[in-house]
Amino acid sequence: MADHAGVAGGDEVDLSRRKFLTRATIATGAVGAVFAAVPFIESWSPSERARAAGEPVLFDLSKLDPGQMAKPVWRRQPIFVVRRTPDMVKRIEGHDADLKDPQSLHSEQPPYAKNDLRSRNAEFLVLIGICTHLGCLPKEHFAAGDLGPSWPGGFHCPCHGSRFDLAGRVFDGSPASVNLRVPSYSFPKEQLLLIGADEKGVAS
Amino acid sequence: MTVKTATGSAATLPKADRGSAGKRFWAWLNKRLPVDQFLASQVTEYYAPKNFNFWYYFGSLALVVLVLQLVTGIFLTMFYKPGEATAFDSVQFIMREVDWGWLIRYLHSSGASFFFIVVYLHMFRAFLYGSYKPPRELLWLLGMLVYLALMAEAFMGYVLPWGNMSYWGAQVIVNVFGTIPGIGPDLVLWIRGDYGIADATLNRFFSLHVAAIPLALLLLVALHLVALHEVGSNNPDGIEIKEKVGADGHPLDGIPFHPYYTVKDFVGIGVFLVALAIVVFFVPTFGGLFLESPNFEPANPISTPADITPVWYFTPYYAMLRAVPDQRLGALLLLLAIMAFLFLPWLDRSPVKSMRYRGWMSRSALAVFVVSFIGLGYLGMQPALGVYVIIARILAVLYFLFFLLMPFYTSLESVKPVPERVVYHAH
Repeated sequence: MADHAGVAGGDEVDLSRRKFLTRATIATGAVGAVFAAVPFIESWSPSERARAAGEPVLFDLSKLDPGQMAKPVWRRQPIFVVRRTPDMVKRIEGHDADLKDPQSLHSEQPPYAKNDLRSRNAEFLVLIGICTHLGCLPKEHFAAGDLGPSWPGGFHCPCHGSRFDLAGRVFDGSPASVNLRVPSYSFPKEQLLLIGADEKGVAS
Repeated sequence: MTVKTATGSAATLPKADRGSAGKRFWAWLNKRLPVDQFLASQVTEYYAPKNFNFWYYFGSLALVVLVLQLVTGIFLTMFYKPGEATAFDSVQFIMREVDWGWLIRYLHSSGASFFFIVVYLHMFRAFLYGSYKPPRELLWLLGMLVYLALMAEAFMGYVLPWGNMSYWGAQVIVNVFGTIPGIGPDLVLWIRGDYGIADATLNRFFSLHVAAIPLALLLLVALHLVALHEVGSNNPDGIEIKEKVGADGHPLDGIPFHPYYTVKDFVGIGVFLVALAIVVFFVPTFGGLFLESPNFEPANPISTPADITPVWYFTPYYAMLRAVPDQRLGALLLLLAIMAFLFLPWLDRSPVKSMRYRGWMSRSALAVFVVSFIGLGYLGMQPALGVYVIIARILAVLYFLFFLLMPFYTSLESVKPVPERVVYHAH
């Protein structure tokens, strides 16, 4: 440590001591400021109320006829729930070459939906109904040939023309670069869909 | 002491006594607050180049719009009610039921567009005369921070009426943050405070729009002005007037800001207010450019407008975002397009400041840049389809080439000799 005798004498100032104390004070204050900032930053997280409203949602599948789609809302997002007919499932095959991400390698989905049909079973398709391009709502065009002779049925975004097949996979030439997202979901009972939770728990 | 006569005139008293109370008060005040000293150093004896032209109106006009937005904003806040359930209705209430509410609101909404018109012209002036070059780099950077704060302010302000374009515009722009690798989705959730654009989002944007960002803006504008008065204004010739000082110590090519430029600026303000009044009274939506028609419908989370486009002042960047097939790269390009301005003082290697003395390369580059910026602005309002996207890609490349090639064309070209004194013709 520096010599303190000079300080007592009055004229000499121990600069290294002063520098150390200044830096220590600044460091302590900075740490305190970081801690003090935490409550303010965390106040922006979803509130208890928002989190409660974002709980998983149950949907009764028995109301849905084959070939029909319902749009329940989960976490303020429309969820597309489609009961696919065997014919619709067949129309998902055979156009992999026209897709941007047929294996869903770059798309967002739970592991059990990372397959050709992008679903847990062939019958039910569950998607987040928001275009992966800029967030518009795609429209359903399930009939084959609805959007041109080669159209196998699927979704079309009216904003910028992104097209998706009946598994929510994006076609080449669309501005969207990844497939429609799949939320986590499960079937707690026959004909009952739980959106937002699966065996691994509630979606983050 | 003055004693009023029956006619109300004080002329009958000795001259020396008149106003002495006022003078004494002024002296008292100045001993405690340096008003006279401040006015002298910053206004009446602040010397500005005598050859300012049309392009030098826009700095003072930006201040006028700032005051307009503050005053109208304070009054709108008295009637506006943030919140999912109340926001849209309270704007309708202002428009239909508050006396003169429509005028205050249209002044504010048109003022936002005029702010950007003025700021873009102000920035173009800097491009034209090299006002960002040393010793004014920091002045330029502070101005750019003002521009960034202004963009945040305008974006959040556009969300507040809670129309359908407010909602979906917020959705698209907030989702841009979601493309940041790793933290993106959590960051978006934190910004929104909910799983979608919601009440929480609207309320925090309101707080930022009326308190936090205006405070930051005022501070940055003050710093911008302090920095300006420290280094002094540039001028159309790009000559440092401080280098030629007369016997009185003042720049030979300088004139006091007051009264010479206050008078000039008042003319500009008059013309500006006429233009503002024409828009406010006759075309407040400006054909959907200043207020978009989908925003006259309430926010609807399950129905998107036919085409989501931001207001015109963001469309050049929006066009670049959409021109890239990959969303993450598009967001990166958008960020770079805005950040590129910050590097201008160090990209420009020209020995002269003003375009008047630069060669054909700098002039053509600036022309190409202006065309690409305006072109992108137009394309950002069109559907992102087919040929529009291809043109947007070409213009985006030109936009960036303007910055990337600047060190080369500014140092390669031959420049004209710069005169000793500013070029000035008496009127």
